[in-house]
Amino acid sequence: MTRTALQDGSGATTRPVLQMRGIGKRYGHVVALDGVDLDVNAGEVVALVGDNGAGKSTLVKAIAGTHRIDEGTVLVDGQPAELGSPAAATRLGIETVYQDLALCDNLDVVANLYLGREVRRSRTPFLNREEMERDAAAVIADLAAHLPRLDAPVAALSGGQRQAVAVSRAALWGSRIVLLDEPTAALGVAQTAMVYRLVRSLRERGLGVVVISHNMADVFAVADRICVLRLGRNAGTFLTSETTPDQVVAAITGSAEVGPRKDS
Amino acid sequence: MTTTSPAAATAPPSPDRDRGRAAVRAPHLTGPVLVLLGMAAVWGVFQLLNPHFLTARNLSNLVLQIGVLGTLSIGMVIVLVLGEIDLSVGAIAGVSAGVVALTIRDGHLPGLAAIGLALLIGCLIGLVHGTVITAFGIPSFIVTLAGLLVWQGVQLLVVGAGGEIAIRDPLVKAIASTYLPPAWGWALAGVGILAAAAVVGGNRRRRRRYGLAGASVRSGVTTLAVVAVVALGGAALLNSYFGVPWMLVILVVLLAAGTVLMRQTTFGQHVYAIGGNREAARRAGIGVRRTTIVVFVIVSALAALAGVLEASRQFSASSALGGGTLQLNAIAAAVIGGTSLFGGRGRIYQALLGALVVGSVQNGLDLLGQPAAIKNISTGVILVIAVVVDAIGRRRRLDRGAFD
Ligand SMILES: Nc1ncnc2c1ncn2[C@@H]1O[C@H](COP(=O)(O)OP(=O)(O)OP(=O)(O)O)[C@@H](O)[C@H]1O
Ligand SMILES: [Mg+2]
Repeated sequence: MTRTALQDGSGATTRPVLQMRGIGKRYGHVVALDGVDLDVNAGEVVALVGDNGAGKSTLVKAIAGTHRIDEGTVLVDGQPAELGSPAAATRLGIETVYQDLALCDNLDVVANLYLGREVRRSRTPFLNREEMERDAAAVIADLAAHLPRLDAPVAALSGGQRQAVAVSRAALWGSRIVLLDEPTAALGVAQTAMVYRLVRSLRERGLGVVVISHNMADVFAVADRICVLRLGRNAGTFLTSETTPDQVVAAITGSAEVGPRKDS
Repeated sequence: MTTTSPAAATAPPSPDRDRGRAAVRAPHLTGPVLVLLGMAAVWGVFQLLNPHFLTARNLSNLVLQIGVLGTLSIGMVIVLVLGEIDLSVGAIAGVSAGVVALTIRDGHLPGLAAIGLALLIGCLIGLVHGTVITAFGIPSFIVTLAGLLVWQGVQLLVVGAGGEIAIRDPLVKAIASTYLPPAWGWALAGVGILAAAAVVGGNRRRRRRYGLAGASVRSGVTTLAVVAVVALGGAALLNSYFGVPWMLVILVVLLAAGTVLMRQTTFGQHVYAIGGNREAARRAGIGVRRTTIVVFVIVSALAALAGVLEASRQFSASSALGGGTLQLNAIAAAVIGGTSLFGGRGRIYQALLGALVVGSVQNGLDLLGQPAAIKNISTGVILVIAVVVDAIGRRRRLDRGAFD
């Protein structure tokens, strides 16, 4: 990985992989997003926080291509991008770890990593299981994701291990941006730590990472930057290293406009 | 623990290790072994009650009897793995048989052309089912239930007022009543064993080429041994009567093709993925609709083929062909073999195992001169036992952390 761009104190580069400007999205009469800006740099973890209904999932779904936006512009790696479908987002190197993980319980780890993108033996309809297994093992070793067996159906895995499979899949295919919607909501302490270790290894690989979380401790443990949404609008962006949880909570609830606020 | 073996005393305790030891200590009975044990019990009981049961003649008969059911059940396994069901396969078989008989008698088609036409009609019926299911999002249960009624009606129209059309075409008649010469039977068994060896060896070679840990030698040897015993034993047994029936050759080819399709191709992988988690498959970019339509085409084509086989057995197509319990037995056989009704779990060979169990019960009770009532009750009881055993087994597997 080459880090050509300038480094700031947090370890992230300033080479933007994702720039969203003036994003608007309505569901009927509900304005879910209104003029939202979001920037993600390569090798940076951005936490997206906000109260229930603030528009976090809507924004992530817009990036993932599952929901079309009504207004605003999106640049991916500096180029204007149309994120009209999940396939379009996938082609741009954007991978999403959905809150429900979207794993097939009856299939093994390897098959889940290659779901819908199975490797075939050259010009045949036949699966190349060996190549998939080898490359899956490499990704999992690279991420130091602790999985007991690659040929075990994921139904046999713990919640954290399943999360690790979903993150590994994103790491295997995501070349620019990985989105994680509340990846630790249902996990214990140790498994939460493992997921955030995986998130950090995605950052090491130079990917831009967006994590939605309600847990301030986790946010401060993993994120370089925190982007707060409130009622569908930007409510401040903070560098983790220069902020206290109280300041972020204040921005989330809208109780005060304090602290070293950095507009993106 | 008071008595500790030296190995256990020196080895550091680890959860993985303990799990492995527990698994070794309590050898579990996996699905197919249980089904085989069940079948051995069924065979033992019938043999005790009637010594004619385990004769070459009767077992050869059994093979002919399960050809139709096995063909239907292969399709049923595929559609059940997808997480759908097809209630119309019996009726499709009836339509197909009627089409063959009618086009030969009134259309003067050669046998092969009539069969081709029947299979084509089977494919079209599946295309209609799959399209209606995917285009309107209607459950396959309802669509194929409607299909059952529609195609039974069509069958009555095709067969006509007489209720039966005799078949005189030599090819169609030959399918279910021709046996391979003994030498061919042995050769076929040999080909089967060589093919199995090639698959096992090829897998090991490919894994080595990709630098992966080799598949366990034990499972490879077990596979080969099972194939060899079944192939040679089957050939010896059948050759001591009339020989290996064409019907069995057809069934084995279908089983092999179905296994390759489901286990080795992206299509099969997608069927398992959709059956396991439809929404995840969709988000992963798998063509759920296209795959569903293709599955229903395959099931209906197999049903049409089953109709041809049954017509060949009866030398005629009647309005009753494919009716009665055949449809439900096809589902029962797949489930008894170990295929889940809830999608994502099932193997093609389970169609054969299930068809063998159902076929053995029917055949054995026939030998004992029992009426249809007793046959239906017995099949139903076995179906319940199979599902209960499967439910218990699944709970145990989940507890142990294994799942298949
Ligand atoms: N499919 C939908 N149809 C109508 N309104 C929707 C839909 N999805 C979201 N909304 C509305 O859009 C707004 C933003 O919702 P969103 O799911 O993005 O919030 P969130 O920040 O992810 O909240 P949470 O923390 O509860 O997940 C809410 O007012 C919500 O009610
Ligand atoms: Mg949300």
